[in-house]
Amino acid sequence: MSSINRKNLTPAQQQYQDFAHAREPQRPIFANCVRAFIAGGFICTIGQAVQLFFITFFNFNEKTAGDPTVAVMIMISVILTSLGMYDHLAQWGGAGTAVPVTGFANTIASASLDSKSEGFVLGVGGNMFKIAGPVIVFGVFSAFVVAIIKVTIKSLGGM
Amino acid sequence: MLQGHQTWIFESKPVIIASAAVGGPFEAKGNLADDFDVLHDDIWLGQDSYEQAESKFLEQACETAIKKAGLKKEDVQFFLCGDLINQIIPSSFTARTLAIPYLGLYGACSTSIEGLAIASLIVDNKFGNNVLVGASSHNAASEKQYRYPTEYGAQKPPTAQWTVTGAGAAVVAQQGEGPRVAAATIGRVIDMGLSDPFNMGAAMAPAAVDTFEAHFRDMQIDPSYYDLITTGDLGKIGHRIAGDLLSKHGINLPGEKWTDCGMLMYKAEQPVMAGASGCACVATTTFGHFMNRLRKRELRRILVIATGALLSPMSYQQKETIPCIATAVAIEM
Repeated sequence: MSSINRKNLTPAQQQYQDFAHAREPQRPIFANCVRAFIAGGFICTIGQAVQLFFITFFNFNEKTAGDPTVAVMIMISVILTSLGMYDHLAQWGGAGTAVPVTGFANTIASASLDSKSEGFVLGVGGNMFKIAGPVIVFGVFSAFVVAIIKVTIKSLGGM
Repeated sequence: MLQGHQTWIFESKPVIIASAAVGGPFEAKGNLADDFDVLHDDIWLGQDSYEQAESKFLEQACETAIKKAGLKKEDVQFFLCGDLINQIIPSSFTARTLAIPYLGLYGACSTSIEGLAIASLIVDNKFGNNVLVGASSHNAASEKQYRYPTEYGAQKPPTAQWTVTGAGAAVVAQQGEGPRVAAATIGRVIDMGLSDPFNMGAAMAPAAVDTFEAHFRDMQIDPSYYDLITTGDLGKIGHRIAGDLLSKHGINLPGEKWTDCGMLMYKAEQPVMAGASGCACVATTTFGHFMNRLRKRELRRILVIATGALLSPMSYQQKETIPCIATAVAIEM
């Protein structure tokens, strides 16, 4: 809890929170980091293998193989989500399964699955970006800001 | 009769003539599988949505309880029910099916015991002969509403809890055989400023302690009066905090007499983090497991302190803290 929030608490509340906090197990941050490294690395290794596969057996080069690779990774993630397996992998892998493109596919697929009972338009269509939406909004916005900075520096004679 | 500040004593001691618990596949693998009347291997129950499935769980629990009581729907005057879904639709839809005059309740995970207290009040005052109490929750429906989509890969912290899929129901009557409701203590809403929905146990523990102390103060009895005192769904972390808070206040309870429904429900190897939660946690444990133990006379007197976290997904997003409640009911055999 941030210090700003703490200021609004009464002394009794603060005292209790310290009391409770001492009895709560903390998130195992170090173990989570190690697992995220292994899980994320594993997913990226598969991605690398898929990319090499496209380069070796099909008419792709390092630059163009990216698109079909991402499509394959998204498909794998969506299938695992649909089979109810991705959330179990994520409980173990944490950020390692959330950060790569597979995590992004999981957010959209899982939200779509849950909303199907509310119909295809208002349910699936309306909710599929429930979790992915903020990622897209702020991703596009930060790209825009970075691009503005780059253009400004360039026009001032930098780089 | 009012006793002290907030406790009702039921002079006629209304009887729980029948009770039923229905659970899902995850509950079937748990500790209390033998205490369920019906266990399903599918959380959908052949329905098109989780919410409809929850209604089916509830309907089945209610119908089983009425049948076990040897009654017909027409013999039940009132139906008191609640759940966790927005606008308590599983309860209201079940009331539509049962066609019994209905009062919808909301006390989050404490709803079943809130219902039991009010049902006993109705029966004790002869405003009804047979009153049906029910409560339900559904893991996937709750996850979808309160947290993230069910298949979304978010890592849960060790303080998180697992919502029970199922429903519990009981018939409270003026006469008959079975465990009797002796008293109920209605709790205050307590908010200690916690706001993490993945740490409900710590948020609810002070409410449980407040109602606990109110009960013994009003009743002027000692905790040793009961064979077992159970909290609702604090889970192992919240339960430990509540126990330590009571020790701090000079009340030491021996481990075998002080338990929690959220800790009893599942086996240690099931991935439920801190334990079970949800309306169905207290409902199925009390109306299944504890009723069976009372009927077998393994237990004579128990106190169930059901806890509820009165937050909504919106209040959490608006950075509100979590107000909590606890309702206690004393049941005797």
